[in-house]
Amino acid sequence: MTNDVIIVGAGIVGAACARALAMAGFDVTVIDRGTTAGGTSSACEGNLLVSDKGPGRELELAQYAATLWTQAAVDLRTELGPDFPSVEYDPKGGLVVATTDAGAAPLLAFAAGQRSAGVDARVLDRAEALSLEPDLAPDFRAAVFYPEDSQVQPTIATEALMASARRHGARLIENTPVTGVLRDSAGALVGVTTAAGELRAARVLIAAGPWSGEVAASFGLVLPVLPRRGELLVTSRMRHRIFHKVYDADYVGAVGSNDSALQTSSVIESTAGGTVLIGSSRQQIGFDCRLQVDALAGIAAKALRLFPFLAGAAVMRTYGGFRPFMPDHLPVIGEDPRLPGLWHAAGHEGAGIGLSLATAEMIRDLMQGRPTRLDAAPFSPARDSLAPHLEQAA
Amino acid sequence: MTAVLVIGAGPAGLAAARAARARGASVTLLDAADELGGQFWRHLPASRPASNERVLHHGWDTFRDLAETLEFDDGCRILRQASVFAIETRGSGPAEVHIVVGEADGAGRDRLVLRPDAIVVATGAHDRTLPFPGWDLPGVFTGGAAQALAKSERLAVGERVVVAGAGPFLLPVAASLAATGSRVVGVFEANRVPALVRGWLPKPWQLSGAVSKGGELAGYVSGHLRHRIPYRLGRMVVGAHGTDRVEAVTIAAVAPDWTPIPGTEQRIEVDAVCVSHGFTPRLELAIAAGCALTADRFVEVDAGQETSVPGVYAAGEVTGIGGADLALAEGTIAGHVAAGGTLTDAELQRPVRRRTTFTRFAERLDAAHGIRSGWPAVVTDDTIVCRCEEVTYGQLRQTVSSTGSRSLRALKLSTRAGLGICQGRVCGRSVETLLAGCQPDGLLGDPVSTDRRPIAGTIRLGELAAAPTTALPTTSTPSPSIEGTP
Repeated sequence: MTNDVIIVGAGIVGAACARALAMAGFDVTVIDRGTTAGGTSSACEGNLLVSDKGPGRELELAQYAATLWTQAAVDLRTELGPDFPSVEYDPKGGLVVATTDAGAAPLLAFAAGQRSAGVDARVLDRAEALSLEPDLAPDFRAAVFYPEDSQVQPTIATEALMASARRHGARLIENTPVTGVLRDSAGALVGVTTAAGELRAARVLIAAGPWSGEVAASFGLVLPVLPRRGELLVTSRMRHRIFHKVYDADYVGAVGSNDSALQTSSVIESTAGGTVLIGSSRQQIGFDCRLQVDALAGIAAKALRLFPFLAGAAVMRTYGGFRPFMPDHLPVIGEDPRLPGLWHAAGHEGAGIGLSLATAEMIRDLMQGRPTRLDAAPFSPARDSLAPHLEQAA
Repeated sequence: MTAVLVIGAGPAGLAAARAARARGASVTLLDAADELGGQFWRHLPASRPASNERVLHHGWDTFRDLAETLEFDDGCRILRQASVFAIETRGSGPAEVHIVVGEADGAGRDRLVLRPDAIVVATGAHDRTLPFPGWDLPGVFTGGAAQALAKSERLAVGERVVVAGAGPFLLPVAASLAATGSRVVGVFEANRVPALVRGWLPKPWQLSGAVSKGGELAGYVSGHLRHRIPYRLGRMVVGAHGTDRVEAVTIAAVAPDWTPIPGTEQRIEVDAVCVSHGFTPRLELAIAAGCALTADRFVEVDAGQETSVPGVYAAGEVTGIGGADLALAEGTIAGHVAAGGTLTDAELQRPVRRRTTFTRFAERLDAAHGIRSGWPAVVTDDTIVCRCEEVTYGQLRQTVSSTGSRSLRALKLSTRAGLGICQGRVCGRSVETLLAGCQPDGLLGDPVSTDRRPIAGTIRLGELAAAPTTALPTTSTPSPSIEGTP
């Protein structure tokens, strides 16, 4: 069997898979209709979070990914050298705050469940929380600290993984849309058709984030990945006054929700550049990227509940992107039972930056036919929770 | 009655507001500044009137006439200190224009949302300065900043000043500096005689209608003679020197493409230098409204100044750098058509003729004074390119080389160039050119530009969080339409 792979998508998941596969000796070609990190990977916060995940398969993947990032940050630095921009890996920890009585009990119960799954989730009293974040509005009802939450600068992290993949022999083809699947006379997958001609490989991996459903559709297959829009605000540079990732407890509810209406919840943090990032909204409105001031106003209002001093902070920029949303809230990682040779690594919703490295290892092990570190079955395209969505749309 | 919102109260916006009123529309005219007039007619505040504004400003009588007509017209609501921070186009109806009103550095500006029937985008341009070694030193000013200090504060930027760059704007800058007491030791225009001849001399009959414009420039030249200011062609500032502030500049002769010619350097002691290489249109609001741009990155308009978005018009420097006379003509057409008039109406015949004349004049200016491709030759690895984030050219070059990235978007995020408080308004286009120049084939690989800024003006988080007032463009019943066009 040949060991060549075409990866459709040059975002962080595609780049991480390209690196893992190229380092394992696969012959890798990454193809993207745009440029590296041109989609969701440059339109997000770079979260590597455990705090927002309840016990379950996704949390296990995130916990494993967290250990991979600690190592990858060092390895990438060593491999790419001091001239390469830093991926800004920062294990700063996250502080989740319930601002209402109604929100306090669910937060504490959620954290207790996470602790039983091995998450370091420390309930803090008011004084302890304020010692971590002195400018936090002091009238909160509960606070839980998650030392394992960390972050990277997502664009640079994607570029770094791609640069490393290329050093290990991966090829990158940019600005070339994939238009369909290439089959032999027996109907078996033998590559892809692109705007610039045919490209042959034994395996094709779709890692196109929220656009993965469109790529699958061009292959004649349904993949229920939907775009969920998220917006962020960026302030001008200011004195360092926010030291961790700080979230309103209702973030937890928004991530797990299937509601398509506009939701906002606070995710606030300082960046290495001195700005403050303020997120975020979640909304299912297709690929509509037009500005929506009421969503931004909602984000602003909630941020002020946590940090009133931000009222005077100047918002200089907004950016947003599309998160790859899955109806059963799990990424899809593995070979598609409907078309042998077609693989998926998509649907990570708001967690793709963090989960990318663990996803890449799982893909590599599966393609090598080796046992995976974590059970891959719950993420398989053949899983039961996905079946109704595949049938429904097919 | 048609409700017309005019964004920007410079020559184009003032003319548009008056023409829309003359055609019977209700008009809201807004501008971020404290006073009407825009950059061109920037002047002392009404609380400190000056007797010599007429001397400092060309067309001052035209300005007073426009401003007074609108100020005394109940059908025109004027919002000063009003900044449009977003335009939303999500609904099926007219665009929503989101505004904050109040002192920019004061507490508690009000948020206002307008849903006009028509919008005239007359947001003008800001002056562009190309980076060179030392341009980030205190004492190095853009021509526009020096001009603004002279016009609105009567402040001279220094005692011994060099003015350099390209374009006819260098002349009024030098004149304003001389008028406020600076000694202008030289004006250095990077383009050479052949370029000026190519731009200015052919088909002189096309210029017959632009004699007043020629007269304006002739006025500057005679002013220069009176102040004994040397005007040198084919020379450029290639470096500013000093420790805490600029103490000297190096001027060099340049080839026709602006590559400096080695061995021609000349050092001049100065305490200030004003550098301007032309203008960049303020496009963010037009882009936010969904307007298509031309290949040379101005707002695309039809003969009635309407953009690709029905009901959205554009006039003045956003449609092409052409100066105040062209802006007045375009503004008049835009305001009239936005208010329901047509291009064939009698009152538009003169503005349409004048637009043709001054468009030709603008094309000549661009041919004579436009930026040439060799300018990056003066930039060195330690030249700061993005001043807000202190990003050097060396960092840009190294990041392209190490990441292999061809994406402007990714490279901006990796280097932070253009991500600072000015959001690339100063450096954006220079960053684009320099990053493209670092690519093997000289091309970037993504279709983005630095002109798009969905948050078009800085807004405080507290202002954004506050509930807006929703109001129609005019709250009072407009009086009958006013008479006359410019």
